[in-house]
Amino acid sequence: MITLLTLFPIAGGLLVLALSKLGDLARVVAVVFAAGALAVAGLFWYGLDPRNPGMQFEEHHAWAPALGIAYHAGVDGLGVLMLVLSAVVTLMSLAASWRNEKHGPVYFALVLFLEAGLFGTFTALNFVHWFIFWELSLIPAFFLVRIWGGNGRAKAAAQFFLYTMVGSVALLLAFLALFVATGQFDFVQLAQLGRSGALTTALGQNLHWGGSPEHLAMLLFWAAFLGFAVKAAVVPFHTWLPSTYAEASSETTMLLTGAMSKMGVYGFLRVLLPIFPTQMQHAMKPLLWMAVASIVLPAFAAWAQKDLKRTFAYSSINHLGYCVLGVCVAAKFTGSDAGMAAEKAAALTGVLLQMFSHGLTAACLFWFIALLERRSGGLRGIEDFGGLRKVVPVFSGLMGIAIFASLGLPGLNGFPAEFLIFKGAFALAPWASSAAVLGLLMTAVFLLTVIQKVFSGPVNPRWSAMPDLTLTERLALAPAIALMFVLGLYPQLITGMLHTTVMQWVGGMGF
Amino acid sequence: MSASWIVRNLWLIPALPMVAAGISALLKKGQRGLSAALAIGSMGTALALAVMAFVEALAHPAVQVLNFQWLQFGDQWVTLGWLLDPLAAVMLVMVTFVGLLIFVYSLGYMAHDDNFARFFCFMSLFAGAMLGVVIANSLLLLFMCWEVVGLTSYLLIGFWFHRPAAAAAAKKAFVTTRVGDLGLLIGMVWLYAQAGTLTFYDYGRGCLEQGAVSAMAAHITVAGMAVSTAIGLLIFCGAMGKSGQVPLHVWLPDAMEGPTPVSALIHAATMVAAGVYLVARVYPLMSGTALEVVAWVGAITAIFAACIAVAQNDIKRILAYSTVSQLGYMMLGLGVGGVAVGMFHLITHAFFKALLFLGAGSVIHGCTEEQDIRNMGGLRRWMPVTFATYACGMLALCGFPLFAGFWSKDAILHAAHGWGVSRGPFYLGAVGALLTAFYMTRQMYYVFFGPQRVTDAGVGAAPVASHAIPAEQIEPVVSARPGEVCAIADPHESPAVMTGPLAILAVFACVLGFAGTPAWPWFQNFLAGQTTRFDWAGFGEPGLMSVMMVSSAIVLVGLMLGWWFYGRKPIVRVTDPDALEKLQPGIFHALANRLYVDELYGVTVIALARFCAGFAAWLDRWIFGGAVRLVSWIVTGVSWLDAGVDKYVVNGGFDEGCRELGRGGRLLSHLENGRVQNYLRVIAGALVVLAVLLLWSHRG
Repeated sequence: MITLLTLFPIAGGLLVLALSKLGDLARVVAVVFAAGALAVAGLFWYGLDPRNPGMQFEEHHAWAPALGIAYHAGVDGLGVLMLVLSAVVTLMSLAASWRNEKHGPVYFALVLFLEAGLFGTFTALNFVHWFIFWELSLIPAFFLVRIWGGNGRAKAAAQFFLYTMVGSVALLLAFLALFVATGQFDFVQLAQLGRSGALTTALGQNLHWGGSPEHLAMLLFWAAFLGFAVKAAVVPFHTWLPSTYAEASSETTMLLTGAMSKMGVYGFLRVLLPIFPTQMQHAMKPLLWMAVASIVLPAFAAWAQKDLKRTFAYSSINHLGYCVLGVCVAAKFTGSDAGMAAEKAAALTGVLLQMFSHGLTAACLFWFIALLERRSGGLRGIEDFGGLRKVVPVFSGLMGIAIFASLGLPGLNGFPAEFLIFKGAFALAPWASSAAVLGLLMTAVFLLTVIQKVFSGPVNPRWSAMPDLTLTERLALAPAIALMFVLGLYPQLITGMLHTTVMQWVGGMGF
Repeated sequence: MSASWIVRNLWLIPALPMVAAGISALLKKGQRGLSAALAIGSMGTALALAVMAFVEALAHPAVQVLNFQWLQFGDQWVTLGWLLDPLAAVMLVMVTFVGLLIFVYSLGYMAHDDNFARFFCFMSLFAGAMLGVVIANSLLLLFMCWEVVGLTSYLLIGFWFHRPAAAAAAKKAFVTTRVGDLGLLIGMVWLYAQAGTLTFYDYGRGCLEQGAVSAMAAHITVAGMAVSTAIGLLIFCGAMGKSGQVPLHVWLPDAMEGPTPVSALIHAATMVAAGVYLVARVYPLMSGTALEVVAWVGAITAIFAACIAVAQNDIKRILAYSTVSQLGYMMLGLGVGGVAVGMFHLITHAFFKALLFLGAGSVIHGCTEEQDIRNMGGLRRWMPVTFATYACGMLALCGFPLFAGFWSKDAILHAAHGWGVSRGPFYLGAVGALLTAFYMTRQMYYVFFGPQRVTDAGVGAAPVASHAIPAEQIEPVVSARPGEVCAIADPHESPAVMTGPLAILAVFACVLGFAGTPAWPWFQNFLAGQTTRFDWAGFGEPGLMSVMMVSSAIVLVGLMLGWWFYGRKPIVRVTDPDALEKLQPGIFHALANRLYVDELYGVTVIALARFCAGFAAWLDRWIFGGAVRLVSWIVTGVSWLDAGVDKYVVNGGFDEGCRELGRGGRLLSHLENGRVQNYLRVIAGALVVLAVLLLWSHRG
């Protein structure tokens, strides 16, 4: 079932390539397949038993048993959430590309391949199987940036690729070490070893490296951390992100920020937290510092940007920072009282909500930028516009909703997530959380500056004839905007599916 | 226990305007009538429901709640809910009633605006969110509505978004209040962690109920504070932002960039009072220490803003500073006297300040968008209704005996007088009252009295005369000399749709105070859930009469001073300097420049934030980015080195090896040139060598 889901977009991509001579038909096929993938992901959502905390829809095939390699796929609440998010964001991105003449069949095919990579990553439970998809998703992303990006695309794509590769290599080495020590590549098995402390023991017994096994475990943790931190753009491993997001075409950035950036956070949740809980506790101080830095510094930096895409790119780092904060505090050692378990549950639920919510909002924002670029002939400086609310009221109104969702306005999707993260984080790490609220303030400052400069003030005569959203565009955007309201008012739609998964993590951490 | 129908359906009160706003948002720009009808209809229905709720609260003064589960995390739920108690009931009726009047007024005021439909959409959304704040039985739900209220305030301040000043003011309002809201957010999550719930009342388990509160009061945290004090102060931060308390007051005067009905509803009567309401709502949490802070902040705000109001020339800005000052009084009342004292002033103020703002709107409307009081003068002749109602509001605000403000402000001063901690706030409040009477008198003289002000021809708007007033009514006061024209061309009274609400509000400004006199403290007792009997002995409370006498005297002195400076000699010319300016130019200019608070923030907080932004961008570019570049250079350098080594050492060696191999091959290939005789020769030779070897080895 899961395999079918993963193969589905690949089939779509191949079909698109096969039909590439037919032009428009390729687009239709691509969108149909993306919609189909969303429907199948939706089936998983529907079929997931929310009372069962374990992996569901599991598939387990031996592959190279001697090497611990297996084809092991399955989903829990987190996996399904990510599947649906990937499918939603891909569909949005394709819809946004619909009228982009530069994006031909090859582009659409690559997007579908990327979606397959995402599906594979979010369902694989064996490291090798997972790592293949993890890297596989990088390749289409690289070409999407490299071929269809802006003027600085070559440099940005190379930076993006190499940066991520460095992280991946560190990650790979860490897991090879783990395999040598334990003979395991399976996430579920490794997590059990990590929780029980047997992992460190095994490292001590089977790897002779001259230091204490605790130090080795720590080293492996940091190596794995690097892999995910680069992907989730944790400060100071984030510098690839603004240039990549800015240089990639906005439709590609939708995918990068909406879905791919979540791979890093997913890794934190699926790998670091279960396999290295003790190490995370020991590294709590630097981790919290990095999380707070990821929240506060980009929010300030965003205010200093002149390019809308760079502004929103920094905003993405800031929003992912809340996720990192939530994951880190959840690992914090605080004794085993029930109150703290509730705080951890709150923080982790918040992280999951935030991943989905930010994916939706950020993809929407870059969609609006794509629409704006198309109308302005590629211009997207904050100072290039002015008074657009008068000229394109519907566009401004809808983008305004997305901006306020990003700002965390209650009633829209961002708020429940940020509230839960802060609720948990404050009880577990009060000072770090108090410092992090500065990010909330600066987010308001730079987002409202965008509104002020772009939408308010006298109309810039250059754009006095800018066309407002067409009916098709409105209809395409409407579901995304509606979803923002739905998730803001009724977040239980998502959290209702996640609570056992979260409880499993909290209980499993056993501290 | 089954709650009554109205308690079960209390959510309808905020939901109706919200739904109206939602429908309105989807309407086309041209559907003006429908949008207004939706807004006014929903507000009217909400008012009817609010009255029902009020009646219910009269019958059952105890808190009635209805909670529901909203959001699940792990095995826990976030609970939201609504409540009905006298405090909420009073606010519900006030907000819906004043709101309805202002909606009706807006029909006239906004009649010519392009975005009429959008205006009613935003106003409805505001009303819904504000009513949500009022009935929220959870700090979280209150916070959510609170933020939406902030959003609508932002949207409506920036309603005329094409004006850069309006856009800037909207942003300033949102950001400044958000500074306070961050405190509120931290206080809220802290409260959640401590009490385990954010629900106010939950049959003994709520965070405002005995158990949770005493646990928090007993728990000591940083700086020796009780947790409840710390949380209370953090929540108060939010209230300071929303209610414009010093030092977060800077946004409120700028908020006057919005249309005047917005100023009346949001920035005078309701939203800015939400901070006061919040403190009143979480009053059980507020410890003595926290209340001391509240009282002092309130007292300082009261006098600070009153001082600045003295030297303002924009009719709405004067009222804005007055609002800030009055909000300070409310906070002072909460701090020194309790919920009823602060809330009573909130309610009376809502009526008379809404009246004053709508009156100012009527003046502005009648003077073709003129807002500078120096350009007005003598308007009472053209705008009798506006003048009369405005006078009622002005007297109520000044605290003129028997008007609404008199009773409520007096209760505050009386409580401040009897406050055990310090007499300071009382003195600040008393001087503030003097200033209030003074600046309102100044405004009255500038706007309504004296001759119509004149200016040099070519500076003013239009030629003199041509007023639509019968000749006999025109007094010979227009002392225009040749070459001078009236600053306001054609002042006129506003239509009935605007003056009607003014008249209704004026009645309340006159009589509302009688709901809470010392002899018949109905309001105070209602909030406390007690019944009231009329009893003259209420005036006999120690110190009450003397404070009343003093405050009445203060008001009279303020009025006299105002007359002395501005009424005695009529101000004729627009360019005439202010009487105070002549007396004390230094102080006057400092006050006129709002004591340079904005400038101070500009060079401190904002400059710091800008610096941090630049620094963060720089850090990214040169430190983090630099480190990455350094690594990449090193890698590239190593690669080049490697390439060089490859090319000249490894490759060179390899090539040389290959050539060597080739030569060797060629050499050896001579052995295999296909000539059999050669092979035989080699074999023979080899045999000989072999034989020799064997023989030699066998020798030993």
